[in-house]
Amino acid sequence: MEKGKGVMGAGRRWAVDFSDNSTAPSSRDIPDPPGFTRASVDQDDSAVSRQKKDAEANWKSQKAWEVAQAPFKNLLMMGFMMWMAGSTVHLFSIGITFSALWQPISALQGVGKVFEPYKDNKVDLLGPKLLFIALNLGGLALGVWKLNTLGLLPTHASDWVSSLSPAQEVEYSGGGIPL
Amino acid sequence: MAIMSFIFVFFFFSSLQPILSLYEDQVGLMDWHQQYIGKVKQAVFHTHKTGRKRVVASTEQNIIATLDLRRGEIFWRHVLGPNDVVDGIDIALGKYVITLSSGGSILRAWNLPDGQMVWESSLHGPKHSKPLLLTRNLIIEKDNVLIVFSNGRLNAVSCIDGEVLWKKDFEEESLEVQQVIQPPGSGFIYVLGFAASSQFEMYKINAKNGELLKHESTAFSGRFTGEVSLVSSETVVALDSTGSILLTISFHNGKISSQQTPVSNLLEDSPGLAVIIHPSVTGIFAIKTDAATIFIRVIGEGKLEVVEKTNHETVVSDALSISEGQQAFALVQHAGSSIHLTVKPAHDWDSNLLKESIKMDQQRGFVHKVFINNYIRTDRSHGFRALIVMEDHSLLLLQQGAIVWSREDGLASIIDVTTSELPVEKAGVSVAKVELNLFEWLKGHVLKLKGTLMLATPEDIAAIQHMRLKSSEKSKMTRDHNGFRKLLIALTRAGKLFGLHTGDGRIVWSHLLQSLHKSESCRQPIVLNLYQWQVPHHHALDENPSVLVVGRCGPSSDALGVLSLVDSYTGKEFSSLSLVHSVAQVIPLPYTDSTEQRLHLLIDADKHAHLYPKTPEAIDSFQSEFSNVYWYSVDDDNGIIKGYALKTKCSSNVADEFCFDSRELWSIVLPSESEKIITTATRKLNEAVHTQAKLIADQDVMYKYISSNLLFVATVAPKASGEIGSVTPEESWLVVYLIDTVTGRVLHRMTHHGSQGPVQAVLSENWVVYHYFNLRAHRYEMSVIEIYDQSRADNKDVWKLVVGNHNLTSPVSSYSRAEVITKSQSYFFTHSLKAIAVTLTVKGITSKQLLIGTIGDQVLALDKRFLDPRRSVNPTQAEREEGIIPLTDSLPIIPQSYITHSLRVEGLQSIITVAAKLESTTLVFAHGLDLFFTHYAPSRTYDSLTEDFSYALLLITIVVLVAAIFVTWILSQRKELQDRWR
Repeated sequence: MEKGKGVMGAGRRWAVDFSDNSTAPSSRDIPDPPGFTRASVDQDDSAVSRQKKDAEANWKSQKAWEVAQAPFKNLLMMGFMMWMAGSTVHLFSIGITFSALWQPISALQGVGKVFEPYKDNKVDLLGPKLLFIALNLGGLALGVWKLNTLGLLPTHASDWVSSLSPAQEVEYSGGGIPL
Repeated sequence: MAIMSFIFVFFFFSSLQPILSLYEDQVGLMDWHQQYIGKVKQAVFHTHKTGRKRVVASTEQNIIATLDLRRGEIFWRHVLGPNDVVDGIDIALGKYVITLSSGGSILRAWNLPDGQMVWESSLHGPKHSKPLLLTRNLIIEKDNVLIVFSNGRLNAVSCIDGEVLWKKDFEEESLEVQQVIQPPGSGFIYVLGFAASSQFEMYKINAKNGELLKHESTAFSGRFTGEVSLVSSETVVALDSTGSILLTISFHNGKISSQQTPVSNLLEDSPGLAVIIHPSVTGIFAIKTDAATIFIRVIGEGKLEVVEKTNHETVVSDALSISEGQQAFALVQHAGSSIHLTVKPAHDWDSNLLKESIKMDQQRGFVHKVFINNYIRTDRSHGFRALIVMEDHSLLLLQQGAIVWSREDGLASIIDVTTSELPVEKAGVSVAKVELNLFEWLKGHVLKLKGTLMLATPEDIAAIQHMRLKSSEKSKMTRDHNGFRKLLIALTRAGKLFGLHTGDGRIVWSHLLQSLHKSESCRQPIVLNLYQWQVPHHHALDENPSVLVVGRCGPSSDALGVLSLVDSYTGKEFSSLSLVHSVAQVIPLPYTDSTEQRLHLLIDADKHAHLYPKTPEAIDSFQSEFSNVYWYSVDDDNGIIKGYALKTKCSSNVADEFCFDSRELWSIVLPSESEKIITTATRKLNEAVHTQAKLIADQDVMYKYISSNLLFVATVAPKASGEIGSVTPEESWLVVYLIDTVTGRVLHRMTHHGSQGPVQAVLSENWVVYHYFNLRAHRYEMSVIEIYDQSRADNKDVWKLVVGNHNLTSPVSSYSRAEVITKSQSYFFTHSLKAIAVTLTVKGITSKQLLIGTIGDQVLALDKRFLDPRRSVNPTQAEREEGIIPLTDSLPIIPQSYITHSLRVEGLQSIITVAAKLESTTLVFAHGLDLFFTHYAPSRTYDSLTEDFSYALLLITIVVLVAAIFVTWILSQRKELQDRWR
């Protein structure tokens, strides 16, 4: 995840330098000056700038894919850690399992943010996003699986009946050897 | 998640091997131990000038003990076996206690100061007879000699080493020897007895060598009752079997002369059947009739004269020779709330050596026995002290008109025990005798702190220990938060009820039950049992709890019953009932009325059921459950177990709406030629079970078969019902049954071939543990049977359980015939057992331990996990995680798990467990001759801080930390300011 962030940060710095501010969502809030039409500006663009833009979009989608694939490495590492932790309940294995559960969840919460720098009209972010989500869900599943192997998921009948009080009896009988 | 964390915690705790032993300084904090000797049968004083004054006593519980005469404490005590009845005791040579026991066949000498046995000799003879022990200063060739008549043989035994010097047999078939006399200073012994109940026989024996010197006999027209009273060295008085003619027989110089005096001659009104009580005082004897005790003096040749006739309950002591040729004896009479002790010289009835009146607690009943001893006062006159045994078996020493000490020896024969809560602490009402003030509290904590910080001096440590032991917290008379303070209510054989405080074992109250006292309507009252009658908790808190004492008038099972209701807080009997029916069984029902009085069903000998309390409300609440109430009886003589249901109202009785007829539903007849019932066990009525599921390895679940109607029955081959080793393994077997007592269904039957009783069993939750002897292996064994409900086992669908779509908690009927499976396993066990019990906690969550009363009179705790039928030699990893111990052939005895630590509960009879309010803790009370009480936490006290937790240290740590935070904060502020100025 650290690596992914690094990539993302660098991308943003680059984006400030080269991208057209007018496409940034923040600038959309300000109405265009009178007599200015966006379409004419696009039309007026030279071939050079168009080429430039194409290259940038390519680059962005490439980066987005990279970002989307980043959790995979994470997944492998997590799997290795879990294997190391073993299947008995103790502090280490519980810590690993809970971090394995927490990381995908927090990553999923920040999906929009992660892909924000690569947002472009010409870039299709759906593919990378889906991959990112799928990989994180995979990580989550791994965490849940680990939780289950530790026996901490109430998936067995025993988890639901362990404190079930005994059934009441209808009949009562007493007696014994006469006094 | 909560479930999981619970399981997690549970695994965590169960994986620990609990260390249950005590540290040395913890002894006496939670436990107390009291020693008793039982009802004194015979007492001999030892009051020589040198050494400590003591009294040697033998009791009906077959104990020989020496007590300190100053305080009544036990110096030493020996418990002879239940078959080793003490027949006589005496002190010989001033240093040996001589005891004759086992029907006169064992003679022992014990060292008086320390109780070590000096010698033992067994005296056998041709036939059984009344044992008589005679110790006079008889000296044969410089050897002090004891004369013992037992088993039809007269023995002279040396005091020094127990060697039999000579013996003389009296083989005549019908001869019953009544007295052996050795006139002082003479060299011969008289053996007096009856032959064929109508002939008086006199043998004169040479004391030196046992040679028969003379044999005389005289016939008498009537028959003798047996008892004779010796009135002088050569005269005896006997009573004939009709109790109306007194015979005075003198055998002066070997010549027998007898004289008959009708009792009616002495007394104007015919007294009815009389009995001789023999004070063995020269010249005087006493006869006792129903109405009076009559003292009669023998004057001259067979002349009798009545000296006194008392209508009160009178007790006479044996004669005590106080000086040369002078004898004295004591009389004790009751007068209202005090007793009169009179000491008279034997020769002069009208004068008194001593006359004292002593105020006596009414709750001690009548005086049963008196023993006197004299001492020389500073003015050279005679002083007397008297040891009296009361109706409640207590022992008191009287001296100079006051009670010097008293011992509640009735507690040595407890029949039944129950517990009661103490009163709730009310605001403004101080119930503690010693409330600690703040200063003392602070001082105590400072001392404790010093102890924790290892700064305490040895005196401080002693003070801390004293403070811990004598903490007023544990002996307060109010309920506590943890439920440790309770009243133990003990019913003794004498019909006395004791309330003991669990904190320190002191007697809070004691009452002799008036309704179970001997009276016109109830000649021979017997106390049977104790039940909790009223346990108020929710809406009836202002009521006092009470207990029910059940008794019966007479030993036979059809004698009329007596009920007595006793307030647990005060011990006062607030109600008593003389029943018009007998009491064969008492069944506490699981229903209560609005004042929390428990309904009880009393079954009489004619199998009618009577409902108590007899209130309309009780019958109303009973009617609604009428068809669900069953009862059963186990006839162990005939090997029949029968189950009954209640039918309609009694047909015979006139309009008794509380009486019901019974209808026989089922019967189990065991073949009498092959099986004999020896033990039964049922679950405790108040046992709480936390869960019906048992989690096993791999998250699987088994459902326990939990039924309060489960009966465990053990039978043995009739031949094998005797002692261990009396049969060969081939003709001995043990059969155990698990029976549902509603339907009579035998849930499980198992045979142990080559095994024998006695069987001790305990049934709890869904398991039963029993102990028996394996003849083939020559070892004791313990077996466990666990019973599971297989018909519930398919409740495995998680989703159904999640949404609650299951019938696991719906009420079950025994008629639904659950399919059960049982698992069982056997293990060798080293000890033989006297009692077995299981720990009981308030919610049943804490793991169980068995409490085993060993033959050494100690209580051993054994984890139930050792008796788990799922143990195997190589448990899998999952099973190990579950806490299954690898199978071994014998159960371990861990020395640290003796909960009685270094103490012994002599004559251990039973172990009672009571749940405290704290889930982790069981209160354990073991009684026999001794009493022992302790707190016991089977899985350690996981729910409370330990007693030695230092609150002061915690407080001080917090204060110091807070102070340190403030100081550093101020310092840092100052430094920051300086930095800014720079």
